[in-house]
Amino acid sequence: MRRLLGLSALVAFALAVASFVRRGASRRRERVDLYYDDGSMVSLVDGSPESERLLALGRDALRAART
Amino acid sequence: MDAAQALADLTEISSQIESAALFGKDGAVGASTFADEERAQAFVRAARELLDAAAGLRSSTSPNQVEVATAEGSIFVVRDEGRLIAATTTPEPTVGLVFYDLKSCLRATSRAPAEDEPAPKPKRGAPKEDGDGA
Repeated sequence: MRRLLGLSALVAFALAVASFVRRGASRRRERVDLYYDDGSMVSLVDGSPESERLLALGRDALRAART
Repeated sequence: MDAAQALADLTEISSQIESAALFGKDGAVGASTFADEERAQAFVRAARELLDAAAGLRSSTSPNQVEVATAEGSIFVVRDEGRLIAATTTPEPTVGLVFYDLKSCLRATSRAPAEDEPAPKPKRGAPKEDGDGA
């Protein structure tokens, strides 16, 4: 019985870690890159107010294309 | 090249591009991969809003290329003079390749029809240039 409880706890811990890593990876993927005529590039990472607005507009465009 | 043909070539070349639309500065849709006009216009409207919002970040200049990457996929908008193209892709696309394909598509539509014709073949009687003496 004790062994079963230990195994269950281990599986639950592994699932929690996997979920945390997956969520972190998906958030890292979200970004906005802007390229200008003069060759400069600005990358807005997830979390800044500018990126939140542009990410929301990007999601709207994706939704418009897919629905 | 015809805009619809250019988009057909684009989606054939790039497996990462799901949908795309060519449009003018005024938002008029030139061609799209969407089955119905309404969806194409909604997509172009959203892409223009995105580009306008991105332009507001710098007062001196506006971007000519934008990529918004989300977990569900990416949206690309490329501007070249008065013409624009917007496309959606699968998640984590090869960014450089997608931009290259979109710019090539824009360039193809701007070419005069005569430029698409194949170059004339060399005359049959032209002397050979290989000097192997055989």
